[in-house]
Amino acid sequence: MVDLSVQIGSVSLRNPVMPASGTIAEGFAEIVDLGRLGAIVLKTITPDIRQGTQPPRVAEFTDATLFSIGIPSKGPDYLLDSTLPVYADFGVPVVASVSADSAEDFGTLAAYISAPGVAAIEANVSCPNLRAHGQAFGMDPEATAEVIRAMKARTDTPIWAKLTPNVGDIAQIARAAEAAGADALVVSNALLGMAVDAENMRPRLGNVIGGLTGNAVKPIILRMVHQVAQAVSIPIIGCGGIANGEDAVEYLLAGATAVQFGTVNFIEPAAMEEAIAWIEAYCRRHGVTEVRALTGAMSPRHDQKSPLQSAVL
Amino acid sequence: MTATCPAPTAAPDPAPAAAFPIADTACRVVSNEPVNAEYRLLLAEAGPTALTAEAGQFFQLKCPPTTQDHPFLRRPMSVYRIDRQNGQIGFLYKVTGKGTRGLSTLVPGDRLEAIGPLGLGFTLPAGTKHVLLVARGVGLATLTPLVQMARAAGAEVTAILSARNPAMVMSRDELAAQGARVIEVTDTAGDSDMAQVEALLRRLHAEQPFDFAATCGSNRLLQLTKALSAEWQIAGQAAMEAFMGCGMGMCYACVLPVTAPSGETIFKRVCREGPVFSIEEVQSW
Repeated sequence: MVDLSVQIGSVSLRNPVMPASGTIAEGFAEIVDLGRLGAIVLKTITPDIRQGTQPPRVAEFTDATLFSIGIPSKGPDYLLDSTLPVYADFGVPVVASVSADSAEDFGTLAAYISAPGVAAIEANVSCPNLRAHGQAFGMDPEATAEVIRAMKARTDTPIWAKLTPNVGDIAQIARAAEAAGADALVVSNALLGMAVDAENMRPRLGNVIGGLTGNAVKPIILRMVHQVAQAVSIPIIGCGGIANGEDAVEYLLAGATAVQFGTVNFIEPAAMEEAIAWIEAYCRRHGVTEVRALTGAMSPRHDQKSPLQSAVL
Repeated sequence: MTATCPAPTAAPDPAPAAAFPIADTACRVVSNEPVNAEYRLLLAEAGPTALTAEAGQFFQLKCPPTTQDHPFLRRPMSVYRIDRQNGQIGFLYKVTGKGTRGLSTLVPGDRLEAIGPLGLGFTLPAGTKHVLLVARGVGLATLTPLVQMARAAGAEVTAILSARNPAMVMSRDELAAQGARVIEVTDTAGDSDMAQVEALLRRLHAEQPFDFAATCGSNRLLQLTKALSAEWQIAGQAAMEAFMGCGMGMCYACVLPVTAPSGETIFKRVCREGPVFSIEEVQSW
């Protein structure tokens, strides 16, 4: 018997597998048993009602997708009245996700949705900060910290900071979020990218720029989890190109306590359930009795860092 | 995927349809043959959940990779044939890109993973007596099972099939076999322009009034059907297409601008609020 449970601050998960924000919706419950997941993470909402970006909203690559959806949102009342009840009866912690145009609005929204049934709130800091010429909050350590402080000041619900990978030094942002009181870090959101249609000479996305996700990004985000794990002591939730149990274990070994599956949910609805079974079998095969023992358990490849590795880090 | 991959038996669903109305079914390919110069018909044995599909619904098909193509996302394909007696579903498709190129490599015995049935299909108002179908190109694939549905509901069906030339008019026999009156109009015969199709529809309506209209596959035919449905004050629906991310209502990539009752334009997901929309709300194909 393998103990798959993990602890993200005060939130107990029966296993380390959950969907990434925006990659499941009500319809998913018509296909798979959400009750088997470690947590249910909801799509990001904003204080206002938004339609999202102009289509086309997705471009496809060999093992990745470029999405620009623009956070279509029905607002906080819809979340409380219509979305939360859908997920209330699975016996699984439900994590809301919020975004806003200012740190104050992040705080106000977090307070507003701190209802029974919301186990934690993810702060999606990858959106533009309207007070900083549209630069994403998550690209600046102080702006990230302001968002987290504003939320922590307004609610006792645990706050998970979902970092953007579009930064030079992710560890610096992670330390800022931790110092501001974040209960956990989700590493990370999507890599900014774009695609051009050579034949019609136009961008392939209505919004020109979008977020690259899918298996192709795994090495990049895995590296970031490794770097963040060395910089903070709060739990890390790995998120980037995870499609199966083996990917998930790689993230745990690199320093994550739990993982989020994203793009794969669009293609293989059974991926998360299969991964949970795979992780359990993996633990048994390796004589691991508690999955939490895997966190950061990657063995060093050399006794000392090579000069090149030191230079990179 | 090649002919050498293990051939599963037709997909016993572990979950009863009642608990999970949508399944990722491992279908077994029965045949995959060209029906004319452009289109192919893919038939597959499916499980009980997949066989609950209704006209207008679709499946997300996992398209096999080829040496040149590696489709990452699944491809939405409206169901063309729902054969509950023989436990088969069928898809009519045109090879246009890497997904459909991959589909065209499937041979009998291969495995076809299909998530579905997905989306909202056609809904015939109670008491419908005469259904008008107006289709061009692959739109016909989507409208074909509606004939079965309408006939089962006791309605007569008149289908207008528009195509470039007679060789491209598909499903004429399939539609006729199911009891539809089929009228072909083609570019080569010179009777497929909007003025002539409008005159034809008005004549048919005068002879035997339509009380429901459905269209798929052409913007001009959509505009015509929309205008005539409004004028005749009959219900109408249009089946729409979009490039999809997930097909399950989760990613919000396949949105379509539609006219809300308030008059403002809003986005709806083709996969979840569609692919069949009321004809009044649809703006253009």
